[in-house]
This record gives sequence, structure tokens and C-alpha cells, in this order.
Amino acid sequence: MSSNEILKVLDLKKHFRVRGSLTKKVKAVDGVTFSIEVGETLGVVGESGCGKTTLGRLVLRLIEPTSGRIIFDNKDVTKAKGRDLREYWRNAQMVFQDPHTSLDPRMTIASILLEPIRYYNLKVGDEEEFLVKQMELVGLGREHLYRYPHELSGGQKQRVAILRAIITKPKFVVLDEPTSSLDVSVQAQILELLKDLQRKFNLAYMFISHDISVVKYMSRRMAVMYLGKIVELGASDDVFEKPYHPYSKFLLAAVPIPDPKIARSKTKVLIKGEPPSPINPPAGCRFHPRCPYAIEICRKQEPPLLEIENKHYAACWLYHKK
Amino acid sequence: MESQPMYLPEDVILKVENLDVKFYTYAGVVHAVSNVSFYVKEGETVALVGETGCGKSVTTRAVTRLIESPGRIEGGSALFRRRSGKVVDLLKIGDEELREIRGNEIAYVFQDPTSSLDPLYTIGYHIHETIVAHKSKISKKQTFKQAVSLLKQVLIPSPEIRVKNYPHELSGGMRQRSVIAIGLSNNPRLFIADEPTTNLDVTVQAQILDLLKSLQENYKMGLILITHNLGIVAEVANRVYVMYAGKIVEEGYLEQIFYNPSHPYTKLLLRAVPDPTKKIEKLESIHGTVPSLINPPPGCRFQPRCPFAMEKCLIKEPPLIEVENQHRSACWLLERT
Amino acid sequence: METIFRLLRSIIWSYAKLREKISPGWIQKNSSRIKEWELMAYAYSRSLIGVIGGVIVLAVFILAVIGPLLAWEPYWEYKIVYDESLRYRGPCLPPSCTGYPLLGTDEWGRDIIAMSLYGFRISFVISIVVVLLGAPLGIILGLIAGYKGGVVDEIIMRITDIFLAFPGLVLAIAFASVLPQRIRGFLEVNNIARAFFSGLFGLRQEEYGQLAALLSIWIAMVIVWWPGYARIVRGSVLSVREMPFVEAAKLSGLSTWSILFKHILPNVLSPVLVMMTFDIATATLFAASLSFLGLGPQEPVPELGFMISKAGGYFPERSSHVVIYLGFILLMMALGWNLLGDALRDILDPRTRRAIEYRLEKEKKK
Repeated sequence: MSSNEILKVLDLKKHFRVRGSLTKKVKAVDGVTFSIEVGETLGVVGESGCGKTTLGRLVLRLIEPTSGRIIFDNKDVTKAKGRDLREYWRNAQMVFQDPHTSLDPRMTIASILLEPIRYYNLKVGDEEEFLVKQMELVGLGREHLYRYPHELSGGQKQRVAILRAIITKPKFVVLDEPTSSLDVSVQAQILELLKDLQRKFNLAYMFISHDISVVKYMSRRMAVMYLGKIVELGASDDVFEKPYHPYSKFLLAAVPIPDPKIARSKTKVLIKGEPPSPINPPAGCRFHPRCPYAIEICRKQEPPLLEIENKHYAACWLYHKK
Repeated sequence: MESQPMYLPEDVILKVENLDVKFYTYAGVVHAVSNVSFYVKEGETVALVGETGCGKSVTTRAVTRLIESPGRIEGGSALFRRRSGKVVDLLKIGDEELREIRGNEIAYVFQDPTSSLDPLYTIGYHIHETIVAHKSKISKKQTFKQAVSLLKQVLIPSPEIRVKNYPHELSGGMRQRSVIAIGLSNNPRLFIADEPTTNLDVTVQAQILDLLKSLQENYKMGLILITHNLGIVAEVANRVYVMYAGKIVEEGYLEQIFYNPSHPYTKLLLRAVPDPTKKIEKLESIHGTVPSLINPPPGCRFQPRCPFAMEKCLIKEPPLIEVENQHRSACWLLERT
Repeated sequence: METIFRLLRSIIWSYAKLREKISPGWIQKNSSRIKEWELMAYAYSRSLIGVIGGVIVLAVFILAVIGPLLAWEPYWEYKIVYDESLRYRGPCLPPSCTGYPLLGTDEWGRDIIAMSLYGFRISFVISIVVVLLGAPLGIILGLIAGYKGGVVDEIIMRITDIFLAFPGLVLAIAFASVLPQRIRGFLEVNNIARAFFSGLFGLRQEEYGQLAALLSIWIAMVIVWWPGYARIVRGSVLSVREMPFVEAAKLSGLSTWSILFKHILPNVLSPVLVMMTFDIATATLFAASLSFLGLGPQEPVPELGFMISKAGGYFPERSSHVVIYLGFILLMMALGWNLLGDALRDILDPRTRRAIEYRLEKEKKK
């Protein structure tokens, strides 16, 4: 493990039992390996049901993994309990998708922000002065401190949620669709704020989103997920401009481009059908039933994630050199 | 107004003028849509773009009087050319005639396909119902056949089986296709799609948009697309109306809006969206939030958030000023005297 | 309406000022909370049924507190013993016994109205206490079942199911016929408990036999009362548990118990609060019906249900007015709580809250 890595995830799996069935399993996340460096952003994209949200929660141990390992700051936290787990959570936080539900409606902003301070016994001196200073970081003021969440706008609430995540001075934050419930103009504010905070505190982000344009803007590297697996991983520009995996090609071609000339000139490649359910996914490569390039081996054997170019990985037999 | 209200240029299907919708709530009067005018030509895709609460959905709902209490249409006209060639004002005709037009000559697709389908009936029945509502003498066999061919047109695989499916047996994309098929069942002249792909995945969204485009070409219908996603607009629209706080702030052809935006809101909005094909250093954010429409700000409604606001903007509401051919923008900066 | 709002507001503000004196800056820090209270007060004052319910409940409460002190005749004195004119007449009807109390007397010559004042206390105490004891038991079990899930949930909920499936009345009857002897023995030796309970119900200490009967109704009711709460709380916990703010609280370092009591409980409490108000009404009637069936206290305790049951013996010629009067009292007690519960449901509903908020602001501007 290189010293620069803050988080390393090895072959992480989460299988959910389907209620009322002994054999059926939802393989929400099925063998995912990646790492994140200090101060960098890894974007995770994929469609609904690909397991990206589960992955975010697994990494933070909000859900117990079925198997695999999570190594944070050179410590194995896969089985951490009690104090160790709290210590992990102090350093690894999360911002949730919907700020309307991630802030307790019955608490004021101040008491929401004081929770991590009190439960982690952070020494902050005068609590109110500290909070006011912290609120300035996210562009809010003292007047917001004693309000209830419903008295703030969506963007302001998300600022509070972001502040709660960084108030313990973590090294790593999982951002689970942090802007998808916000309007376009507010989204830009929040994205800029997140970038700003990353520079200030040298934060590592895992940015999960279905919006590929936003992920590309935010992250240096990008992972594409399909049915619980990472099918492609590499520098965002490389993945976007030169995707290797057939699924990534389809996915990225479907992204609407806010520029009429490019939008109309790009060649239309439409994928057939919709993602199958992650309950008992197809054998071999999971994408093969929809893949126009599928060959014999795709039906039988699962392709490993291979480095095809410099630090650009794809899980596809087409690029497998014998 | 009364002298020649029923005139419509040849190729125009719908012409809305000075539409005004207000909601009478406990809090006060919400000026949801103020003085909105637009038109749709045959075979044209018109996009209404704007953020949450800008009045884009209310505008199209008002056109077919789908506004429910406490909302009220306060003024304006919506001239519509019927299939027979007769021009009517949708805001003034009787309920009977309106019902004939709704679902028949004007079709709707809403954001959430799940809630627009009744879980108790099959897809085939939904189509049957829509057809029968407007044509009395038609047998169930005939409508069933028609349903199968409609489902084929919206590219649903094995339509003979799907027609007997209940909504919950279909995936999200499939449901939205079915809703579109229901909308098409009476060959509408105008198709209104209200955020048709917002709940769908990107790949499915691309499929649906592609479908809408090809259907429009086949059917020669007018398409009103309501969306907040500028990427979708760039992909399918011919003309664009940008709405902000219940008003149209800029209108024009697609290229005019995207390459020569003249209203500060449009300009900022275009730079607030990350374009993955370009290297962007910093996104433009628009400070503040959308104003309350109960007490809209005086003068121009964008003025509190506008970086170029002048004194005049605080006092007087700007009219739509012509920038170039067919391209108009409601901003005092464009006024040249 | 306006005066009620002003009254409630002045109560809120005097409380706020008191807190401000204890810890300066309290008002500023809690301005949103005060606003919230004001909103609730406003919403309540605008709800006609709520105000009516509140007035009834308040009246019942006052009568229950001062009733036994107010009663002008002691319930343990049978007037017929020394007043011969009352003998062999059974309950006396108002017109025929002029010069006697307004609603006449019972068969022992005791004033019906005076006796009903004792009855107020008994019914009120039983109903409130049953709900106050039954609800927390159910809430805690529901919280644990909902949050822990799995086997714990399964066990707690199956026990709940058993209690729910068992007819409440039958269970209460079974308890009420077994328990009194034991409680009686307990009260006989324990002076403090005897003094406490007799004081609570407004009865004489000598009546410990009857007290035992009352307490057994009470215990029987608590036992059949909690399952409803366990079930409703578990249901709400299941939905609140999935809310991101619970996960966020975990990440903020809170322990399971802190999450349960700081985040989950406050967010499931409003339906429970509404249910409690409705339940007080039901409990009043339930207790009265148990003693109507003869499972409650006997002579000389003037329990409302028992009094109705006795009046039934002379029905209808000599006692229809007694039945109507006592029935009316019970109706009022139940109605008051029901109306209050209805208003509470509206006040606590976040959907109606928003509209109320706007109206308050508008009125403030005026």
C-alpha cells in the first residue's frame, strides 16, 4: 500500500438475502476493489440498482460487508468495533443525497452541529463562537444557527449537512448524490463549495452520482459500476473520452451534452433494454446479454479488471491479451 | 382583443398569449405564471426550461385548464387549431369540447409514469379506454389491435404479451413508453411532455428522447418539452423558452439561446451546468435562491440575484426586447435608445 | 379565540423569560423553538373543536381535583339510616322529593350530584394513569423491536400479537376477579401505599377493599393497553430508522441508545401523543364498563359505572334521569379528550402546519 492512499477497498461484497427466499440473493456489491489517495476525488457513476449507494455505505461500515476488506489510513477497519469504529467514523464522514431527510427536523442547526463535537469530545473552546466560525466556512451566518432545518432552503440545508460532515476534521468524505435534489443554479454553488473545502482541508472524496457530467467535473478519477461490479476505472478524462468497456461506451454516449452542435453531431449509440435486476445476475460477464460484442468466453467466465492503458482499467474480455 | 381573436397563422397549432395563473393560498396570492406568451408550430419541438417553481408545468397545465383549486387562470388566451381546422380558445370553450380535445388532440406525459397508470388495469385497457373515450363505435378487438401496434411503435418488445401486463409488471422505462403509447393512441396534434425522463436512468432517458423525436417526425405533431436539463434541450428542441419566477425571460431558436444568450439568467444558467466535453475551471453559481412568488421582487424578478442589475431593474419590469430575428429577451441591458 | 391565543402566548413568553433569567441568551438561542410553540398555540386557538375539547378537559380536570373536597355529602354516610322519610322509597325522583337535591338521591339517600363528584376523580385518575403507564411500556418495546429488528423484533411482536389477539375485556375480567384479594392483603399491611392510593382516588383509607378492586381494574387495563402502542411505535420506527439523519447520527458518534432517544423517539412521538389522548377517552369508558359489570369497587364507593349499574335496577321509572346524567358525564369526559386529540392531530401534522404558519405571519403583519 502506497503511503499516499487514504482508503483501500479489497474485494468488497455485500449480498442481501431476499425476504421469503432461501436461495435468492441480491448481489448489490459483488467484489469491488479500489483505492483513494489523500486529497483526491474518486467519482462513482452507474445507473439505479448498480450498487453505488450501497458501496458508499459499505465503505463507511453503515452496512456490514459480507466479505472483503476495508483499509483506512493503514488500519484494517473491516471488523472495527466500539472505539475503533468511532475513531474511523471521526475520520470518515458522509454527505447524504437529500438534505431534507438527513437533518433531524426536530433539532436546531446548532444542536445538529454540536452532536459530533460532543460525542467525539472535540475541544473547541466556546461552542457558539466555534460554530459561527465553522458556519462561515460554508457560507452561512450566526442567524442560521438557531433555526430549524425547515426554515432553510434546500441549498442551505445541504451546506449544513456538509459542515456536519467536515466538523470533525475528517480525512475522507463519501458524497452520495449531494446535489441531485437541488436546482441547477444551487448545484453549482454546492459543487464549488465542496471543491473549495477539499483544497482547504486536503479532503479525499468518494463522489457517488448518476449525473456523469457532474462526476466528471468533480473527480480526477472515475469508476463505472454495472450490477455490483466496477467495469471501468481510470482518470476521468480518459474514461470519458476513450471508454473501453462496451457498457461505459453506451452510458457515456447517452449523457446529454448542453451544447447543441456537439449534442447533434455525436453518433447515437443506444443500448437495448434496461439493467436487469441484481437478484441472481447473469453468469459470466454481467453485461453479456445486452452487449453487442459478446463472445463465447463472456457467457462463461467473469472478466477481471485489467489495466489496459496507464492506470486505466476495464473488465472486458475484448481487451484480454493471451 | 375581441375583434380578431380566432386568427392563427397557417402552421401554428397553439398560440398562448398573456397567460396569467394565480394560486390563492393561505399565505397569499402566488403569481405562478405572469404574462406568458408562446406558440408551437406543426412538427416543432418547443422546450420550456427553468428551475423548480418557475411555472413551466403550470403554464402547460393551464393551457388545457388542468389547474386545480386554489389555482385560477386569471387571463390570457390559448388559441388551438383543431384537427378540423377550426380555431378555438382553449381557455374559453365549454367543458364538453375541451374534453373532446384533451387526450385526443392534445396528449400529456408526466414525470412519474407510475402515478399516471392505474395499477388495476392492463396497459391494453388503458389504451382502449383512451380511444373509446373519443370514439364511440369501436369494438374491443379493434382497440386491442391498435394497442399492440402502438406498443410496437414505442419499441416495446413483444407487444402482444405486454399489452396484457399490469403496470407493476413493467420497468420504469417500459412504463414511460406505455404512457407515451397511450398519449399517441388518438394521433394527437400536440404532445406535451412534462419532465418525461427525470426519474429514469441516463441510458433509458436517451432511448425515450430518441423515441419522442422519431415519433414527432412520423406524426408531424407539435411537441412541448418541459425540462430543467439543458442537455436534453440541446439534444431535442427547435426553439426554447427560458422561464424564471413565473415569466419568460428569454426566447429564441436553440442556437441563439445556447450560443448567444442575452439574458443574464440564461447566461449564468448555461455556465452553471458542467459540460463534460469541455475543460471547465469553475462553474458559475447564481447567488441566492429563487424568490417567493407571493411577493415577487419589484421590477425585474431576477434583479436580486443579477450581477448586472441597474437602478432601472429595481423599478420597472423589462418587456421582451428583440435581440435578433425571433430572439427576444426581457432585460433592460438590451435597451438601446 | 384571540384571547386563548394571547393567553397561551403569554404563558409561553413567561416561561421563556424565566429561562432567560436562569441562563442569559436562552431566548436568542431558542427563538425558533419559541416560534414553534407560538405556532402550535396559534393552531390550537384557531381550532374550534380543539378549544371546546380543551375547555371540557380542563373542566373535568378541575372537577376531578377538587371534586371530593367539594362534595357536600360524605359518600360513606347512608342518609336513610337516620332519615326515616327516605326509607323504602328507593332513589327519589326530583319532582316528587321537593326540597331534596336537584337530581334526587340514590337508594341510600345520598345526593346523586355530590356522589358524581367523587366519581369524577376516580374515572379521571384511572384513565390517565392507565394511559401514562401503558403507553411508555408499549413505546419502549416498540422502539426496541423496530430498531433492533431480527429476532428481538420477532419475539416482542409475537408477544404483542398474543395480547392483541386476546380479547381485552375478557383478560381484564380475568385479572379483575383474581387480583383484588392479593392487592387487598398488600394494602392491609402497607400503610404508605394505602394512604397514597386512597388520597389519589379521593377515598377513605378504610376503603382498602374497594381500593384493591380499583387497582386491579387499573392493572388489568395497563396489561391490555400497551400492545397498541408497541405496534404503532414499531411501525413508525421502521420508517424513521431508514432516514438518513439516523445514519448521520451514527457517523456523529452516537450510541444506539442515544440515537433511539434523541432522534427516533421524538420523531415517532406525534402519532403516539394523538393516540394517547384518544385512549384516555377509551380508558374512561372501559373502566366504567368494567365496574358496570361489577368487577370494580362495590358499596359505598361512588364509581360512575357502578352507580349507573345500580340505577339500572330502578330503570326506567325511577332512575332514567340518573342514568342520563351519569352517562352524560362519561360522554363529556370521553368527548373532551376525543376533540382534543382531533385538534392535536391537525396541529402536529406537518402538512397543515405550513399553512398555519403563513396565516400567523399574515395576522402578525396586520
